[in-house]
Amino acid sequence: MQNLDVNKIRSDFPILSRLVNGKPLVYFDNAATTQKPKDVIDKINYYYSNINSNVHRGVHYLSETASKEYEDTRKLVQNFINAKSHNEIIYTRGTTESINLVASTYGRNNLVEGDEVLITHMEHHSNIVPWQLICEEKGAKLKVVPITDDGELILSEYDKLINEKTKFISVVHISNSLGTINPIKKIIEKAHKYNIPVLIDAAQSIQHTNVNVQELECDFLAFSGHKMYGPTGIGILYGKKELLEKMPPYQGGGDMILSVSFEKTLFNSIPYKFEAGTPHIEGVIGLSEAIKYIQKIGIENISNYESDILKYATEQISDIKEVKIIGTAKEKSSILSFVIDGIHPHDIGTFLDRDGIAIRTGHHCTEPIMRRFNVPATSRASFSFYNLKEEVDVFVESLRSVIKLFS
Amino acid sequence: MDAELNDLYQQVILDHNKNPRNFGELESANHTAKGHNPLCGDQLDLYLLIIGDTISDIKFKGSGCAISKSSASIMTTLLKGKKIEEARVLFTKFHDVVTADTDTEIDEEALGKLAVFSGVREFPARVKCASLAWHTLLSALDNKTEEIVITE
Repeated sequence: MQNLDVNKIRSDFPILSRLVNGKPLVYFDNAATTQKPKDVIDKINYYYSNINSNVHRGVHYLSETASKEYEDTRKLVQNFINAKSHNEIIYTRGTTESINLVASTYGRNNLVEGDEVLITHMEHHSNIVPWQLICEEKGAKLKVVPITDDGELILSEYDKLINEKTKFISVVHISNSLGTINPIKKIIEKAHKYNIPVLIDAAQSIQHTNVNVQELECDFLAFSGHKMYGPTGIGILYGKKELLEKMPPYQGGGDMILSVSFEKTLFNSIPYKFEAGTPHIEGVIGLSEAIKYIQKIGIENISNYESDILKYATEQISDIKEVKIIGTAKEKSSILSFVIDGIHPHDIGTFLDRDGIAIRTGHHCTEPIMRRFNVPATSRASFSFYNLKEEVDVFVESLRSVIKLFS
Repeated sequence: MDAELNDLYQQVILDHNKNPRNFGELESANHTAKGHNPLCGDQLDLYLLIIGDTISDIKFKGSGCAISKSSASIMTTLLKGKKIEEARVLFTKFHDVVTADTDTEIDEEALGKLAVFSGVREFPARVKCASLAWHTLLSALDNKTEEIVITE
């Protein structure tokens, strides 16, 4: 905590100094998307002002410069998640596309009738629907690991659900609506005993905690740029080389080919085989600054600071007797979901907004979790290293006023 | 609390949220419809007993925010005993109230009880909450019992 100069950090994010509805912005919707530091904003401006061109296509100066920055980012991502090779880093539009890519290439190639794909009850819709679609197409079954009332995976059930029919496991690292940190290393170890590949949805973990793909031995990892202080529309799929090489292309088009004739097309090698068409170049280049920014602050410092904010917010909110926290796992990330009896989350959201506080209200694209806890929706505050305890106080004060109004 | 928020959460709305009128199932209903707002998870079941061209009884149940619940509650109190044509006129009036430009003067007298929803105009994200019950009403009048009305 003492390692972070939060005031300095806040001054790096231009949006944090603005007013909303006449009040200083309190941005507690970081699990939906994070704000962008000036470094990222300036870099995108720099890209369009100085080196805008298409990548991998020109022999001219601008294209070579842009291509170098584009490919250097791949190495930066490789280093950030400790992948063995930069060729294992595929650019996508985001976590959702990363998962869809694996489901419709690896899934389509390997699943047959009667096979099973295993997910958990706390997946985001983006880690449910792609698997449902491919299972339906192949006649495979989608199996779900249940969770406890605290929002933790029931690992004994996971053990029971794995069998010789299980062909793929896809699990979220940190739940976006409960904050639960799942024991993914254990999950992967167990799966590998049965030679089952595992995809980790790291959309809510990559910005909060150290993710090391070689140490985890995960087969695929998916995350988004915009939830880690980078631009929207850019995401990453990491995959082990030996798996990626066997997978068919995802989309056809330019850049993913070696040669094309009307009789036969030869595909490019990985990662380009999966990157058809002109990519989101400024997204990639902006993402590089986001990663550098995180590295400058240090992921350990970020983790510690955010744990501290979560602890403080949990204590403060627990003092309000009308509040019930949804998601009380022992290992939690800086996500605080809650309901207040008799007050719908949307009313809470509108009320807090008038105090300049941005939180998320709704089902958070996790309808099965809402049904599991028998609530139509929750309110969710999610914190970042640029948030302050003083902001938590403003938030708790505003919550008390809503309760008063509705009582 | 600021003035706009005060306009949105008027006492009448808070009261209907806490004590919704005509809440529950109507077993004798011959026109029903379901409303759903996937964005916030609001669910609404609307039951009408229509005899001739008159809504002789009306009830609703479901879960939702204060705006959607009070809108449904107030709607039922306005519609009981009204002719179908009158109900359609009220729908248009309501629609105009929640979607009018914020600088349009509201004729409170002509609107009667519906005037309490004029504050919704300041909150574009909440217009769907307020109108769910009324859109479900249109569906129920047409007796599209199986069709789920979606506002998002």
